[in-house]
Amino acid sequence: MKTVTLQRNKRKRISRARKQRVGTKSERKSSSILNTGRRAPNFSLNSTPDQKVSLKDFRGQPVILAFYPADWSPVCTDQLSLYAMVMPEFKKFNAELLAISVDNIWSHLAFAKDRKLNFPVLSDFEPKGKISRKFGAYKEKIGESARALFVLDDRGIVRWSHLSPDGVNPGAEGILSALEQLNKPNV
Amino acid sequence: MATTTTTRRSRRPSKTLLEPTGKETETYEPPKLVVPVDPSRDHIQGDPKAVLTLVEYGDYQCPFCGAAYPEVKKVQKEIGPKLRFVFRNFPLINVHEFATVAAETAEAAGAQGKFWEMHDFLYEHQRTLGDHSVALGYAKKLGLDTQRFERDISQHVYQKRIKDDFMGGVRSGVNGTPTFYVNGVRHDGPAEAEAMIESLTAKS
Repeated sequence: MKTVTLQRNKRKRISRARKQRVGTKSERKSSSILNTGRRAPNFSLNSTPDQKVSLKDFRGQPVILAFYPADWSPVCTDQLSLYAMVMPEFKKFNAELLAISVDNIWSHLAFAKDRKLNFPVLSDFEPKGKISRKFGAYKEKIGESARALFVLDDRGIVRWSHLSPDGVNPGAEGILSALEQLNKPNV
Repeated sequence: MATTTTTRRSRRPSKTLLEPTGKETETYEPPKLVVPVDPSRDHIQGDPKAVLTLVEYGDYQCPFCGAAYPEVKKVQKEIGPKLRFVFRNFPLINVHEFATVAAETAEAAGAQGKFWEMHDFLYEHQRTLGDHSVALGYAKKLGLDTQRFERDISQHVYQKRIKDDFMGGVRSGVNGTPTFYVNGVRHDGPAEAEAMIESLTAKS
């Protein structure tokens, strides 16, 4: 009896997923982000014209990676301004936040200053999108990073990941929940 | 049976490196309000026991909130006594320099029973937010104890309340301002009267 229900539910899920699937095949393919349980590939990207930030520098503490499409989105609070305000909460978990997009470093500097961002904003500029691709967070067709979030544990293992639908600002709740889960054993 | 299901689920995430999680579209549900409306704490306009609830997380300096302000009035007029409207603070301090003091101003008026009057005034005079004397003048007009009003603001008496509002909003999935919740579920549609009325009445 239960099996029947499970199968029916599965069929429902699949058909729902099919209906919602939009875009070309390559776009769908690009929306596959690095899964939970995997080790995040190391990277080293510029945070200022003469400074690089490497992921492995943050071993021993949780890291939040926020890939986002572009600097200067025309809204009051974009995702990153919100994170700047929620930063004290992230810090309670000793977590570091790294924001990444393909914009160049000068754009990043001006953007970070304007929005008073209090975390490194990294430039995945040359070769363009190389790191975003490694995380499955690159949109080939438009040449921007996807709005993808990753929470890594102190060993650099992905413990939570999330890809937002286009135009949806994911907020900070998912990150906070994921950070809370990190502290619980055997999850 | 249950065991099999658990095993299968726990294995699923570690199949391939770049397997689509599919979570983002298949199971997308708008976030829910995790801090329930509390008549003893919240600022509520309308019957506190009304069947329909509209909650706004807003910032007094945000132009989008300013634009949504008359829309909320339209919603209230249209739906009438079946609706209660709740306002919570979500000041975007790093982009709006006057947002916090404006929130404190409304709370200080609220402590003397004039929250909604001040709330409306601030939204109707968004351009004067940098000049505190404007709000003070209105406080006098409302007949508030201005000494207490000024003291509450300068001593940041309501700072904790505002921060609690903010964090409750973050935990509920507020991602910008204004963010509305219709009967406890985030309203992802436009902050316009028509769309809000539609989703408020659709769920009743």
